[in-house]
Amino acid sequence: MQAVNLNTEPEQCFHCGSDIPPASNYFTRINEEDKRMCCPGCQAVAQTIVAGGLDNFYQHRGDELSPATADLSEIASLTKELALYDNHEIQQAFVSGQNTDTHTATLVIEGISCAACVWLLEHHLSKQPGVIKFSVNLANHRARLVWHPDDIKLSQLLAEIIRIGYKAHPYHPDKEEQLLAQESKRSVIRLGVAGIGAMQAMMFAVAIYAADIAGTGMEEKYVMLLRWASLVVATPVVLYAALPFLKNAFRDLKTRHLTMDIPVSIAIWGGYIASAWATLFNTGDIYFESVTMFAFFLLIGRFMEMKARQRTGRAGNALLNLIPASALRINAEGEEQLVAASSLHPGDLIRIKPGQTIPADGFITRGFSSVDESALTGEYMPISKKLQDSLVGGTINIENPIEMQVSAVGEKSRISSIVRLLERAQSEKPYVARVADQIARYFVGATLIVAACVSTIWYIVDPANAFWITLSVLVVTCPCALSLATPTALTAATGTLRQQGLLITRGHVLESFSKATHIIFDKTGTLTEGRLAIQETHPLNGISSADALNWGAALESLSEHPIGRAFTPWYTRAAEAIQVTVGQGIEGRIEDKRYRIGKPDYVMQLSGQPLPVMPDLQRQWILLADESQALCWFALDDQIRRETRQAIHELRTLGLSIEILTGDTSPAVQRIAEKLGIDQINSGMSPEQKLEHIRKLQAEGKQTIMVGDGINDIPVLVGAQTSVSMGAATDLAKTNADAVLTNNNLQTLAVGIRLSRKTRTIIKENLSLSLFYNIIALPAAALGLVPPYIAAIGMTASSLIVTGNAMRLARRAKNPQTTQTAPRPESAKAKAGT
Amino acid sequence: MEVIIILIPIALILTGIAFWAFFWSVNSGQFEDLDSPAHSILYDDDDDMIPDDAKVDPKSNRKLDD
Repeated sequence: MQAVNLNTEPEQCFHCGSDIPPASNYFTRINEEDKRMCCPGCQAVAQTIVAGGLDNFYQHRGDELSPATADLSEIASLTKELALYDNHEIQQAFVSGQNTDTHTATLVIEGISCAACVWLLEHHLSKQPGVIKFSVNLANHRARLVWHPDDIKLSQLLAEIIRIGYKAHPYHPDKEEQLLAQESKRSVIRLGVAGIGAMQAMMFAVAIYAADIAGTGMEEKYVMLLRWASLVVATPVVLYAALPFLKNAFRDLKTRHLTMDIPVSIAIWGGYIASAWATLFNTGDIYFESVTMFAFFLLIGRFMEMKARQRTGRAGNALLNLIPASALRINAEGEEQLVAASSLHPGDLIRIKPGQTIPADGFITRGFSSVDESALTGEYMPISKKLQDSLVGGTINIENPIEMQVSAVGEKSRISSIVRLLERAQSEKPYVARVADQIARYFVGATLIVAACVSTIWYIVDPANAFWITLSVLVVTCPCALSLATPTALTAATGTLRQQGLLITRGHVLESFSKATHIIFDKTGTLTEGRLAIQETHPLNGISSADALNWGAALESLSEHPIGRAFTPWYTRAAEAIQVTVGQGIEGRIEDKRYRIGKPDYVMQLSGQPLPVMPDLQRQWILLADESQALCWFALDDQIRRETRQAIHELRTLGLSIEILTGDTSPAVQRIAEKLGIDQINSGMSPEQKLEHIRKLQAEGKQTIMVGDGINDIPVLVGAQTSVSMGAATDLAKTNADAVLTNNNLQTLAVGIRLSRKTRTIIKENLSLSLFYNIIALPAAALGLVPPYIAAIGMTASSLIVTGNAMRLARRAKNPQTTQTAPRPESAKAKAGT
Repeated sequence: MEVIIILIPIALILTGIAFWAFFWSVNSGQFEDLDSPAHSILYDDDDDMIPDDAKVDPKSNRKLDD
């Protein structure tokens, strides 16, 4: 057997960072240096950028690489589709100001990776005639375009965006999105109001306390003035910023749940009303500063939580964008007609060319092909489809042109129903929330009981002081330290993990991470790269490996199939007269000799020779042969990710059991498991069996983390305590998961588990600290011994200690051992084939 | 001490102005994208505003006329 070095890292494209096929020869002159490009697409994009005087882009972009570009020859065909967007009726859905001479539209831009992309897009588009304003939002990848429709068409502008390597779709926000945006705006305002108000109230309070401490006292009229000023600044904080707490408290009372919102509301409104009373009638103490600070700290926590949630909420909307905007309808006369996908009806006949996205659900009426359903299932191998087979909208036709009859569109289509299923799955995820609720309920219950006892006793002993002392008990038990103990630690840990490449989207994740006993991997795309690579060549009849690989690459040169992409690095020339037989292989002519590559039976039909012996049965082998003999076997396999082995080792050191749970039946599973030293393998499992398996583990008291990437696993992902998806996974899987590995590096999982354990320790420390404070403060307050300024000092000090302790979790980010290794995103690699 | 009778109302008015300014900035969308403005200052097309004798060759990092 001839050894071929299959692991050389080829040079990388200056524009998009993809590996450059050995024989490609594309250069662009950038800053007086010829830079190598991987394909004519990147070359054209780079030339457009340089010609537009925008070559600064390459200095600005830092380490981020540009998106791999579509072949520019596609622009011509795309232009026809884009022309649809000039249609007045279609524009109505997303263009505002249609009856004036300036139109405004919101676009979603694909391929933005860093601020330099924003700069490039804004500058290139602003140079186009007729464009009044073009601004891109880096956070949500949306752009606002204002233009004169008389000077330039929308389709031309969209084509310009494609020309510099990005993709743009018109964006129609759904109702939920709009609500979300509104909510986000409102919570920023709430936070600001609480912040400004709390600082002012604290300033006035310091003046009052200072006089108390000095013991000299202040003239009555000045104290009155300060009290009234405090009332003025505290009012918007309580009546506006803290309103959600009151609303939630009422909601929870109605549904008979004891939540943190109830004592929080009692403390805030009780404190406010009593302080207002004290101000109006000049009796007793005021607590405006405690109340507003309290509200401010709580709002910060909620704001952070909301931001983290919204960051992944984007993915759900992006999914609906899978559906292409146009379709080729065949009318009664048999003519093709380009129409908007939204105007398709069930029963329509449509034609789908290779490489196009299927616009609606339906079944094949003519032809056969293979379809890439990875957007739905995460499965990277295309699935063969023949006459009458069903097709799902949003998946991609790979090999042949086909005709299909539409069976469902829009709301009724499968992709829409999966989105709905997903929403339901998310809302039906109560188990850990229940645990957190229970703890809160005990705590809240205890607080309320203590407060009630204290107020009753004092009412009997000394009715005049009862109200004040009850309130000080509520302020002492509720306030900052205890309520900050958990959120600050969680926020610090969540932020640190986000920097390192693990995005946490649900509150319970850190807690369940720290308790996890089992990690279950879904094989495809988590342990492996999720793409085929040639692992071994086995030449026959004295052929050299290099020749065989060259011939194979020539035959596969036009193939969009993952097998074809595996040959890309050896591409030097294309074969002629290429014919594809779906599910069998490819035939073509190289230097006047006919060759076939693919399934052994099909390949050997060409020469009529007997089948050569397959080197082993462990792997998937494909054969190359010419008219007279077999030439070479190629072993194809999914590559194990570089860092997987180390990650598995680290996870095991942390005391976790590791299992593989997969629907795959091939021997490859066994081999990968052996290589990684995992002995718990369950292959060939249906989603129901997977769920049952997880239920069984849970019944034994095990805590599971499920790492997956396909949405065929929705029930399993929901069933496990915690689900993690890879950053390169399907959008649906990402939206559904509790956490997303944005850097696709499994080692971060180990970092996450270590940090979550540390977080738990810190939360415990914090709780003990604040409990210690409360044990001293509560009886003192209950006995009426705590003057307001001492309570304020104690409260502030305990909060500072607790916050400082939590910040130790953020400091870990500087530890070199845990810094991110930042491998290139897998998604960029996966797209790299040209 | 009488001065605080004037100063505190002034402080309250300033607080009111701060509220107003904050509302305005949120409503005009300034808090929607907190990432790209931080970078945009680096991308100013200010080449033509730099005096010729202060221009720097990006490759050698030396002044052009040295």
